[in-house]
Amino acid sequence: MVGAGRLIVSLGVFCLACSPAHEERFITLASTTSTENSGLLGAILPEFQARTGIEVRVVAVGTGQALGLARRGDADVVMVHDRDSEDRFVSAGWGVERVDVMYNDFVLVGPKSDPAGIGGWRDAPRGLARIAEVRAPFVSRGDDSGTWKAERRLWKASGIDPSPDSGTWYSESGSGMGATLNTAAGIDAYTLTDRGTWLSFGNRGNLTILVEGDERLFNPYGAMLVNPALHPHVKAADGRAFIEWIVSDEGRAAISGFQIHGETLFHPTGSNPLRP
Amino acid sequence: MNEVSEGFRTAFSMLVGLDPQLVEIVALSLRVTLSALAIACVIGFPVGGALALLRFPGRRVLAVIFDALMGFPPVVAGLLVYLLLSRGGPGGSLGWLFTPKAMVVVQVVIIAPIIVALSRRVMVDLWEEYEEQLRSLGVGPGRAILTLLWDGRFSLLTTVLAGFGRAIAEVGGVIIVGGNIAHVTRVMTTAIALETSRGDLALALALGIILMVLSLLVNGTATLASSAARNAG
Amino acid sequence: MSGSNPSAAILPLELVDLTFEVSGRRLVDGISARLEAGSRTLILGTNGAGKSLTLRLAHGLLEPTAGSVRWCGPGAADATRRQAMVFEQTVLLRRSAAANVEYPLAARGVDRQTRRARVAEVLARTGLTALAGRPARVLSAGERQRLSLARAWALEPEVLFLDEPTASLDPSATRAVEDLILTIGASDTKIVMTSHDLAQARRLADEVWFLHAGNLLERASAQAFFERPESEKGRAFLRGELLW
Repeated sequence: MVGAGRLIVSLGVFCLACSPAHEERFITLASTTSTENSGLLGAILPEFQARTGIEVRVVAVGTGQALGLARRGDADVVMVHDRDSEDRFVSAGWGVERVDVMYNDFVLVGPKSDPAGIGGWRDAPRGLARIAEVRAPFVSRGDDSGTWKAERRLWKASGIDPSPDSGTWYSESGSGMGATLNTAAGIDAYTLTDRGTWLSFGNRGNLTILVEGDERLFNPYGAMLVNPALHPHVKAADGRAFIEWIVSDEGRAAISGFQIHGETLFHPTGSNPLRP
Repeated sequence: MNEVSEGFRTAFSMLVGLDPQLVEIVALSLRVTLSALAIACVIGFPVGGALALLRFPGRRVLAVIFDALMGFPPVVAGLLVYLLLSRGGPGGSLGWLFTPKAMVVVQVVIIAPIIVALSRRVMVDLWEEYEEQLRSLGVGPGRAILTLLWDGRFSLLTTVLAGFGRAIAEVGGVIIVGGNIAHVTRVMTTAIALETSRGDLALALALGIILMVLSLLVNGTATLASSAARNAG
Repeated sequence: MSGSNPSAAILPLELVDLTFEVSGRRLVDGISARLEAGSRTLILGTNGAGKSLTLRLAHGLLEPTAGSVRWCGPGAADATRRQAMVFEQTVLLRRSAAANVEYPLAARGVDRQTRRARVAEVLARTGLTALAGRPARVLSAGERQRLSLARAWALEPEVLFLDEPTASLDPSATRAVEDLILTIGASDTKIVMTSHDLAQARRLADEVWFLHAGNLLERASAQAFFERPESEKGRAFLRGELLW
């Protein structure tokens, strides 16, 4: 039995020791669950690695958490989708060289039975107001993410604040987009989601897209380099290489080439004549 | 309930086909958990022994604290280790964040109290039986602890398996300090979380079934091996 | 294998007013006596007389509430290493018989060659060589107690304490253990043993300490005690009338 004990210990040490030598080049990208869950990053990053030899390690969390990681210097590049937060991040000096990368749009999904009767509407804030009026179940991210901030902006535009009703028809899941969609599908509720996550989501239940096309549902993504002046260990050169690539022709082609069921999930900035 | 049967079918085909992604994730899960287990035992057994054998002020309080720490929420452990290893934190320069090393650290934090608390109880019982004779033979506390650890090895196996179970099933801590990065820090439990959030419930279930199979294999093997050794005396 | 080396002797042992109290009850009540080298001392008495406690106090496993335990020989500084004790319930480790005997020698830093030699010798002298490789726990009760003695003997103690070593054994095992005790005693090891078994005492004792209710009522040569007990309790004990 000594043998068994020694075996476990040596196995453990061996395991630790023989971890594949990650001495290769890599950068850490803090991004959002929408880019990860939709499968976009999994599709385009290998192209970047093939071209430059740089591996991109993605930590996918909510926008707030991603910016927090970046602020503490635990990432090299951050890509999120909340313009206000990004601008504040840059003006506070935590991020530099911000670029517009791509956009998609948010959609309001809900049960096919559509108790609020908003299917086919193009006015998102009015749709939300109607949901509040009939007190139809609505699940919010409630987690400081880009999607959540977009939702708050729409509520503001609708003139209604759902917060006092939190815990009744208005639920705050405090989770990522996927978990929130799971919840919405589970209780037949409305929720706001980005189209990319929606298209690749596998557990829709009775949910379907009810409101889309509103300009205010525009969802732009931006990327920044974590300020190397503040965090000297940041891999600035490789981080820049990534940012340059993702807005380059090749990067943009990769983004627009990513499709699910023939639909493009993310549009590189500048490709849509209707939008800058 | 379609997902459940589909989950079983998917699990079966992934296992039989030795899906390479699956192999990668399973290998990483085992690497992280077994490393953490080994380290936690090396730290935990002597501490448990010291608490069982030595008399010192505050001993009872410490014992209660370790017992309570068995229920320490993994996600909180994850947060603490994250702050420790973050660039802004004391361990930042190690560069362990978002690597398997950080995951090992958080799992050690989570399972060491289990090892300490359970081994302490085993050794308290053993010491009751052995104390007089060992003291009569002139055996000092250090050697006595080692002797109890060896003599109690079959009971301690349960402790080790409890630690293994807790670690392999844990997701809250490793996802924070590991980041669930594909091919780097994605283990079985974080993969299950990811697939669930993608709505791919059948795949998530399949991974869960495979995790259970793995756990059964480990527990079964350990129990068989120890029975054999025990019968050999 | 001699236990004595006159310049390093730890005996005699002086017990002065030895007292042991638990929760206000005096279980050992002011015992004063002297343990000398040479004879086999048997501590006799009924259950609850305080025999086992006295033994443990003498061996240093317990601290007295009052009074003192003092080794007076020239080698007294080394007293803890020159004693050994065998208990009624044998405590053997989960390993082979030979490994059990080797264990305390290794703990004392004896080198491997010497250890192995001494283990082999003591197993031979206790008739346990054939069982050397067996797991200690599968041995019979009598064999385990003999192994316990072998382990103690291997340490070459000057004093061997035994606490009711045969109380749980059948007659033939008892006989084997008693023979062993006699052999060990003959090789210069002082035997101090407790018993409540009168017949055993008659067989083994050179000197008798008779305890009752924590007090040392009589201390005499075996012959003197058995033929002419001085105390009333002692007489009752010999008649088999003393129950507690």
